Amino acid sequence: MTTSILLARMEAHPSDSNTIARYLDTGGYTALRKALSKMDPADVTAEVKASNIRGRGGASFPTGVKWGFLPPDTRPRYLVVNGDESEPGTFKDRMLLERDPHQLVEGIIISAYALDVHQAFVYIRGEYPKPARRLQRAIEEAYEAGYLGENILGSGFDLEVTVHLGGGAYICGEETALLSSLEGRRGEPRIKPPFPAIEGLYAKPTIVNNVETISNVPWIVNNGGAKYAAIGPETSSGTRVMSLSGHVNKPGDYEVVAGLTWRDLIYDIGGGILDGRELKAWVPGGASAPWFVPGEHLDTPVTIDDIAKHGSMIGSGAVIVMDDSTNVVGAAHRLVRFFSHESCGQCTPCREGTTWLERILSRILDGYGRPEDLDLLLDVSDNISPGLRWPPAMTTICPLGPSATAPVVSMMRYFRDEVEAMIPGLGDADPAPVEDGEVADGR
Amino acid sequence: MSSTWSHENQQRAEEVLGKYPEKRSAVMPLLYIAALEHGYVSTDAMREVAELTGLTPAQVQSVASFYTMYYREPVGKYVVSVCTSISCYLRGADDVLAAIEDEAGILDGETTPDGLISVEHVECSGACGGAPAVSVNWELIEGLEPDKARDLIKWLRDAKPEVVFGDEMQLLFGGRPSFDWGPKETEGAIAPLPAFSPYGTAKGEKR
Repeated sequence: MTTSILLARMEAHPSDSNTIARYLDTGGYTALRKALSKMDPADVTAEVKASNIRGRGGASFPTGVKWGFLPPDTRPRYLVVNGDESEPGTFKDRMLLERDPHQLVEGIIISAYALDVHQAFVYIRGEYPKPARRLQRAIEEAYEAGYLGENILGSGFDLEVTVHLGGGAYICGEETALLSSLEGRRGEPRIKPPFPAIEGLYAKPTIVNNVETISNVPWIVNNGGAKYAAIGPETSSGTRVMSLSGHVNKPGDYEVVAGLTWRDLIYDIGGGILDGRELKAWVPGGASAPWFVPGEHLDTPVTIDDIAKHGSMIGSGAVIVMDDSTNVVGAAHRLVRFFSHESCGQCTPCREGTTWLERILSRILDGYGRPEDLDLLLDVSDNISPGLRWPPAMTTICPLGPSATAPVVSMMRYFRDEVEAMIPGLGDADPAPVEDGEVADGR
Repeated sequence: MSSTWSHENQQRAEEVLGKYPEKRSAVMPLLYIAALEHGYVSTDAMREVAELTGLTPAQVQSVASFYTMYYREPVGKYVVSVCTSISCYLRGADDVLAAIEDEAGILDGETTPDGLISVEHVECSGACGGAPAVSVNWELIEGLEPDKARDLIKWLRDAKPEVVFGDEMQLLFGGRPSFDWGPKETEGAIAPLPAFSPYGTAKGEKR
């Protein structure tokens, strides 16, 4: 049920898939040779466009279209690879960086050639020193072999690649925040437009693509964009590495072709629910995505469009599974706490809204919930993202704040009775605990 | 160059500055090197980074204070970071944090009086398939159960390793990883910052 394009090498050669020797031995850098010797930059871009590949970082924007936004005459241009992977539930880029870094390096060189870029950056989250070391070693091997630096393989094309480590900030996965950070500023998102393709790093045209997206480029060049487009449904072409975590028997990264059902993914690939328990809900695309529930979604297809049709998103491809023992308020609180902690603080609805959502959920968890908290949770969410729809309405520069409403709205939509049951005076909840003579509603 | 820094760290700083078209971009890597020099990102450290990048000390502080990995107060020789985000939470991370706090005798956010161990909870570590996850100076351990977490703290206290290696700790204390880690790593961390050369603490010792 899985298909191996990106993971083929690490599956076949687990002991040394990260080395240049193994990479060359398994067809590595042939796409680069092909691109530099037989293709114009425009030919490469045309293949990427023809592949219909959509960004694997979260927004699913068509990569070829993004590349097409570069203004024709402004130089220099930059390519920035987004390896900030911090969306809770996601650990695919970490594996691609650690286990097959040359695949990414080759993708970077080919993409830079296509985009007429001579300086590329890879921004890796600070918590990932090992992936960064593996990539850095691969880059050094590529320099030694003449795949990087000046006059690559005698083509006259030059490229430098710099690996940059973050400092622990989820928001830097947002492309404009990432660029701010790379410029040596606070990682605060910028208002778009201008989009990075027009005004990005150092106010120069910049393409920001995810690690997985760029890792696909060598295969696309070797096999042709049309062949890539033929894999899976038209608008979800190619493979996707999905990260499975939570209450499944076999958590891990799995490369799949879109179109399988959630039942296939969770029960066949993921080995079903831990300890034979029942599935309660799952997050289909990273912490930002509205939840799915078995009664409505288990037999729907895993494609970008089908997930969107059902009011959520494939996002970063992170599937977080919750079994029937899960306290939904606990889960929602943990998700909201994440967004509250990671809010950059620029926009009031996000900064204040996520803080209050966390506090309200926290008091419900502690047994101090108030009956009016149910409406208050939705009201605060509505102030962050009016209408509580998906994709969310925006009151903020970036989607972080609106994303924080997803777990709250999901919890209230599917499990309102369980929330009520935790509130003293509603449902079956015990009276609020009284500690050391304090009044129960003292928070 | 900041003349008070060790020769090695000055060389690191020079190498970092050469990697970017604009000096300001080096501020984050330089903050790591400054932390290596001072043990944490002290006021002096931020002033020195300002000098190196041509920024004001206030600008450098505004950057350092935005990110969680630049410790602006002294921390232990080993920073034990417990992931408590959703996937780790679902797989018992709170019990792991409680076990670590209890064994180390300190609470989340504190450092032991001997300056050896700091404990903190962190947001998603990207080890969700190997939850619950803990890292020591950003070297990762996956599938760490509460009992093994206690053993980890005891080991840090007794063995006091100069370099911490993810592979070694995973073997001693870890469980199911997110994915097959493949070949052994040769580099580890010598301080509470990411072990990545030239900015961090990478040390090329063979394991």
